[in-house]
Amino acid sequence: MQYEIIISGFGGQGILFMGKILTYAGLLEGKEITWYPSYGPEQRGGTANVTVILSNKRISSPILNEYNTAITLNQPSLEKFEKTIKSNGTLIYDKYGITKMPTRKDIQIFEIDAINSSIKEGNSKMFNMIILGGLIKVTKIVKIESITNSLKKTIQEYNQKFLSMNQYAILKGMNLIKKIK
Amino acid sequence: MKSINNTINLENLVYTKPSLMNSNITHYCPGCSHGVVHKLVAEVIANMNLEEQTIGIASVGCSVFIYNYIDIDWIGAAHGRAPAVATAVKRLNPNKMVFTYQGDGDLAAIGTAETIHACNRGENIVIIFINNAIYGMTGGQMAPTTILKMQTATCPYGRDISLNGYPLQISNILAQIEGTCLVSREAVFSTKTIKKSKKILCKAFKNAMSGKGTSIIEFISTCTSGWKMSPIQANKWMIKNMLPIYPLGVLKDK
Amino acid sequence: MEEIKLLKGNEAIAYAAIRYGVDGYFGYPITPQSEIMETLIKERPWETTGMIVLQAESEIAAINMVYGGAACGKKVMTSSSSPGISLKQEGISYMAGAELPGLIVNVMRGGPGLGTIQPSQADYFQTVKGGGHGDYKIIVLAPNSVQEMADHVALGLNLAFKYKNPAMILSDGVIGQMMEKVILPKQCQRKTEREIRKSYPWATLGKSKSCKPNIITSVELDSFLMEARNLRFQKKYRTIEKNEVLYEEFFCDDVEYLIVAFGSAARISQKAVEIARGIGIKAGLFRPITLYPFPMKKLNSYKEKLKDILVVELNAGQMIEDVKLAVECKIPVKHYGRFGGIVPTPQEILEKIKNEINK
Repeated sequence: MQYEIIISGFGGQGILFMGKILTYAGLLEGKEITWYPSYGPEQRGGTANVTVILSNKRISSPILNEYNTAITLNQPSLEKFEKTIKSNGTLIYDKYGITKMPTRKDIQIFEIDAINSSIKEGNSKMFNMIILGGLIKVTKIVKIESITNSLKKTIQEYNQKFLSMNQYAILKGMNLIKKIK
Repeated sequence: MKSINNTINLENLVYTKPSLMNSNITHYCPGCSHGVVHKLVAEVIANMNLEEQTIGIASVGCSVFIYNYIDIDWIGAAHGRAPAVATAVKRLNPNKMVFTYQGDGDLAAIGTAETIHACNRGENIVIIFINNAIYGMTGGQMAPTTILKMQTATCPYGRDISLNGYPLQISNILAQIEGTCLVSREAVFSTKTIKKSKKILCKAFKNAMSGKGTSIIEFISTCTSGWKMSPIQANKWMIKNMLPIYPLGVLKDK
Repeated sequence: MEEIKLLKGNEAIAYAAIRYGVDGYFGYPITPQSEIMETLIKERPWETTGMIVLQAESEIAAINMVYGGAACGKKVMTSSSSPGISLKQEGISYMAGAELPGLIVNVMRGGPGLGTIQPSQADYFQTVKGGGHGDYKIIVLAPNSVQEMADHVALGLNLAFKYKNPAMILSDGVIGQMMEKVILPKQCQRKTEREIRKSYPWATLGKSKSCKPNIITSVELDSFLMEARNLRFQKKYRTIEKNEVLYEEFFCDDVEYLIVAFGSAARISQKAVEIARGIGIKAGLFRPITLYPFPMKKLNSYKEKLKDILVVELNAGQMIEDVKLAVECKIPVKHYGRFGGIVPTPQEILEKIKNEINK
């Protein structure tokens, strides 16, 4: 089984970091993994994306043209990647700033209000983990503990307060995500 | 009557070839300063007992074949890059004595960046800089240090400010860089200047071994072939025309 | 102890360099490979293994520092991306001429000129056919995974010292920037001066009393001697060509339609082959791992079996020339390339395969 995900949004939103946490969680579960970013000036302000592949066997191309799941965090990303989702695949989008809703009929579509929610909580850094919580809830590609362990391994100035905050955010995301279609 | 053969013995010996200089006949022109500076370098290394720890970095120019004359380990660098080569050799072997031997084209034109940045990092090396105001090996073309109105193959009507700019006072620039500890301008046209040069060269080598920073010893030199002069004429011309622009003496000693 | 890490290709090079006991790294920042030097400096190997890491004033200075370190018998390396590698060519030619070992990493980006910072394979000619002046060859490795980025540091340096010749890892922005699982080797000891003197008696570390001086240079003004030196180089290159060829094959046992690709293009082509196999097309992939020496003999054996070959590259057609030479132009060799930093998708390559088959 190979699971192919694209995460796309504004540069500076922490897209690449989110992908890294997910990828590392896959590694901790003994999966084969690749993480491929759009890099360069795009990272600062434009639209950035990262392709994450988790698999039980050796992964060939880290670059794909279709995905099982697309996570889109702004309007341009939604428009660009909705059409790249495989039939019966999954679209997760954050509704913040979305003016044109997705239209595909042959995929599952989920909405998550992560950006607004993290602003309301007064901690915009939580936003990434809210999204990942939502993703795990609907796709179950990795276990929650793997995400927690991944955070522990990835963040250098990791502490208990930080972990509690992120665990809270993951649960929040699992509750927030709702199926549209 | 004593025969001459009785006079030639060790007790009467007043001068010998430096132990590190071999018997190869040099390719240098008569009256060229390279020979004397080579001798001083060989003497200083031997006197300081450094021959087993010294690595010389040769450059591109007439002294590219210096390895044929002084019996120590040598690395021949690409044109202008000797200070970069020396940087790595010294950093990877901090207990070795590392020096470069460069001409004016190598050090002050094509290798300006490498020279300035090695000095700025305060690399613990010695840079021996032969300034004869001309490209000797390629046949007498203009150097960055060629003096105004001096004729060369590429400024046959004399160096012209509007076309070629000014003689580059590179040692003065290097003296202003924090990483250098000793910058001195010397010459080897008389016993007095030779003796003084040797003393300062010795100090430079000591600086490198004690980790004080970069030492640059510039030698105002002759190029009889490039200048198209006899050895005596060349030395006279150098004293009269070059020394006013490149005055001898210590520019920095900290 | 071996260690499993999640690393970018660039980071893997840095960690591998420390663990394989590299003595010195000299570099200059350029995208998309700056993580190599950044990671090395962050890890502070000078406090653990004694490895020196230095940011040079230019790519030119960096390669000449490698030249100096190599002359002392040290394991030294540098890295850059396409425009910076162009600047290093003089130094690489001098290293080949002076027969010095050393490792150069090129994480290629789109050119010519300043070009883009996105992935490309347009430096194949520069790397494999020459680059600098004179008749010389460098050993060229083309990793296609983050693991191979790490492994090729050791392979490249081993070959470099075995043949007293520079070696290059020819990678690109895809492999440099992507993250994968890497198994890092256990920490190797750096060689001591005594060990270097014993293994590499040519190294300039200061003349021993009873020995002749060691001279490292590429100059030889006597043309007859220079010709003799060239003949010796050529003999060495023939030995490399005989002994050091590496390649990988996927689905090649019953292949009817063969793709030849290296590095990141091979990864993408492999996916296209997988999809093609799923829809009944007997596609296969041949991937040269060493670009010099090129797997001429093995590819030659395909000329009897196949109707044609497709070469996929992130350039306008460079390795294709070696593939044509390998099959002696007995069968048509076609090309599919994207350039300037555009990376093709597996689907694009699949479409090309389908079109060629239906022709």
